[in-house]
Amino acid sequence: MAGHEGDLRLSGLTKRFGSFTAVDNLDLVIPEGSFFALLGPSGCGKTTTLRMVAGLEEPTAGTISIGTEDITDTKPYRRPVNTVFQNYALFPHLDIWENVAFGLRRRAVPDLKTKVGEALELVELAHLAKRRPSQLSGGQQQRVALARAIVNRPMVLLLDEPLGALDLKLRRQMQIELKRIQTEVGLTFVHVTHDQEEAMTMADTIAVMNDGRIEQLGGPTDLYESPVSTFVANFLGQSNLVRARVTSRAADVLDVEVEGHSLTLPAARCVTTSEDIWFGVRPEKLSVSPVAADCSSNLAAARGLRGVITDTSFIGISTQYVVRLPSGQDLMAVRQNDGAGILRPGETVDLTWEPRFAFGLDASQDAHAGSQVEDGDPVGAGARG
Amino acid sequence: MTVTDQSPLAPVSAGTAVADRPARRRLTPYVLLLPGVAWLAIFFVVPMLFLASQSLQQGTLETGYSLTWHVATYADALSTFSSQFLRSFMYAGIATVLALLIGYPLAYTIAFKVGRWKNLLLVLVIAPFFTSFLIRTLAWQTILSGQGPVVAFFQKSGLMALLRAVHLVNSDQLLSTPFAVIMGLTYNFLPFMTLPLYASLERIDLRLLEAGSDLYAKPFTAFRKVTWPLSLPGVVAGTLLTFIPAAGDYINSKLLGNPNTTMIGQVIDGQFLRVLDYPTAAALSFSLMVTIVVLVVVYVRRAGTEELV
Repeated sequence: MAGHEGDLRLSGLTKRFGSFTAVDNLDLVIPEGSFFALLGPSGCGKTTTLRMVAGLEEPTAGTISIGTEDITDTKPYRRPVNTVFQNYALFPHLDIWENVAFGLRRRAVPDLKTKVGEALELVELAHLAKRRPSQLSGGQQQRVALARAIVNRPMVLLLDEPLGALDLKLRRQMQIELKRIQTEVGLTFVHVTHDQEEAMTMADTIAVMNDGRIEQLGGPTDLYESPVSTFVANFLGQSNLVRARVTSRAADVLDVEVEGHSLTLPAARCVTTSEDIWFGVRPEKLSVSPVAADCSSNLAAARGLRGVITDTSFIGISTQYVVRLPSGQDLMAVRQNDGAGILRPGETVDLTWEPRFAFGLDASQDAHAGSQVEDGDPVGAGARG
Repeated sequence: MTVTDQSPLAPVSAGTAVADRPARRRLTPYVLLLPGVAWLAIFFVVPMLFLASQSLQQGTLETGYSLTWHVATYADALSTFSSQFLRSFMYAGIATVLALLIGYPLAYTIAFKVGRWKNLLLVLVIAPFFTSFLIRTLAWQTILSGQGPVVAFFQKSGLMALLRAVHLVNSDQLLSTPFAVIMGLTYNFLPFMTLPLYASLERIDLRLLEAGSDLYAKPFTAFRKVTWPLSLPGVVAGTLLTFIPAAGDYINSKLLGNPNTTMIGQVIDGQFLRVLDYPTAAALSFSLMVTIVVLVVVYVRRAGTEELV
């Protein structure tokens, strides 16, 4: 992947505001032509990183280069980089056509008319070319902002929470749209977002950022299925994390003791060599089955846990259960509504899963790092976006 | 009480209170407009009609005036005082341009560059208003007079020679010259230029400048293509608030000028209060007003800032 002449490379990139370190010694290679997402809660330094790439913020240390060219000290107006700003920042005194033409005019690019026309065509707004930004809806303004950046064919296109101001339905639609446009024009997109679903839907590669550092880098499936930290496990979807002890280690499998049960974990899916671990399973990987009346088939003893349902919420396509373990810890399980019937609170159930879906994380971390609070804002996030 | 009058102003009787509520709500804007409209009617429209009629009358203060539709007063007044008219607009124009050249960088700096000193600097901009217009202008008489340090500085630095070359001063002094009049006008109306400029600059979203920079605009281009057009409403408001009062001003040229710097405001003042030729004074006032209105309309049209104001 590396070595393309258009790769964006960040080396040791650091930004401090006074005593606050927004971005901490970041190393990152973003391959040419990829759709890359920087995902993290507000205050994690993702926007600051983006602004440094755009040249709107000066790094405290480190370098930024595109291909072989070091652009760390290049003025923003000389960088082959364009930005789709969070609030679009469309010029209110210019019509849509002139907004899109702005960058081309500054560089006296030939074929202005054709290029602006094509860009407006791409975002399906050619019919609104003579309107002013204030006469457009949020979604349309968002597309103008995109056209205004794309028309310049930058080597890297930066998108700063571009869908943040749109309502949910429009956001879903624009996600698909953005992905289509990226495939069509083949530019490198670097997309900053705090919405994990948005990142997973669109990006080929996601870097999960927290406290100015990258927690984990990988494809959406890798990150979701094999998180390497409690932060990633909680920030991308939900995770059940239970305190466990490794009792024996074989080459490919670990025996662990979880709440008095002996369970197994593939060695490759445990990221720590410590004895104490967080044993993790995703809610949809748990299967919930009522304990047989005669207790003859003791599933839990073999490869699972047993608990009592304390809450059942029906969501339509699935049902969410909260199951309380004897230790008092609550686990979340999601079951497809495949007609098997809904279990009621108070029922004792066995929770089982395929051992290959379990993962082990270092127990020195906070089990709630990266959990989302109700309004979608991550817990413990700083003020800086 | 029987209500026979069906006009919306009819008193509301208790029985129809519910039905009348929307009617009352419809009336609210008119009620709120009433004091302002009444004020304008009494103190603007009526005197204006009076002035218009005065300008078309003939007679003297002793014998009384009668309305004879004597339009020739206008022709006479304008031909007699054409040079004062032109001079007024020229001085006002130069003062406006100077105030813009001084006020724009000042407003720009206050809006973008001074951080927490913003409020203090704004207070300093309006500080001159704490003293009367007249007293401040009189103070300039002292500052520019005789062989004071200002005159000495102008002589030493060669500025005096420069001003002489462009006929803004005639001899070796600053007081009683066109320069002093224009400077006085610029000084007195500078806050009226600076404040609207500041208001419109301060409103500009700095992210637009970042967007400009991101789209290959160098700092000066970004100013020319983003900041300047977005500040045009302030420029239009500031120039109007400077030009209009400056064109009709009679204090600055009276206190800082000489008989050859007479402006139209002074002429009107003299015709009304000393010559007692009311029709000529009224005709001049009316002509001044119409000219200013025409100039303003043309200017605002050409500036094309309707959507931005």
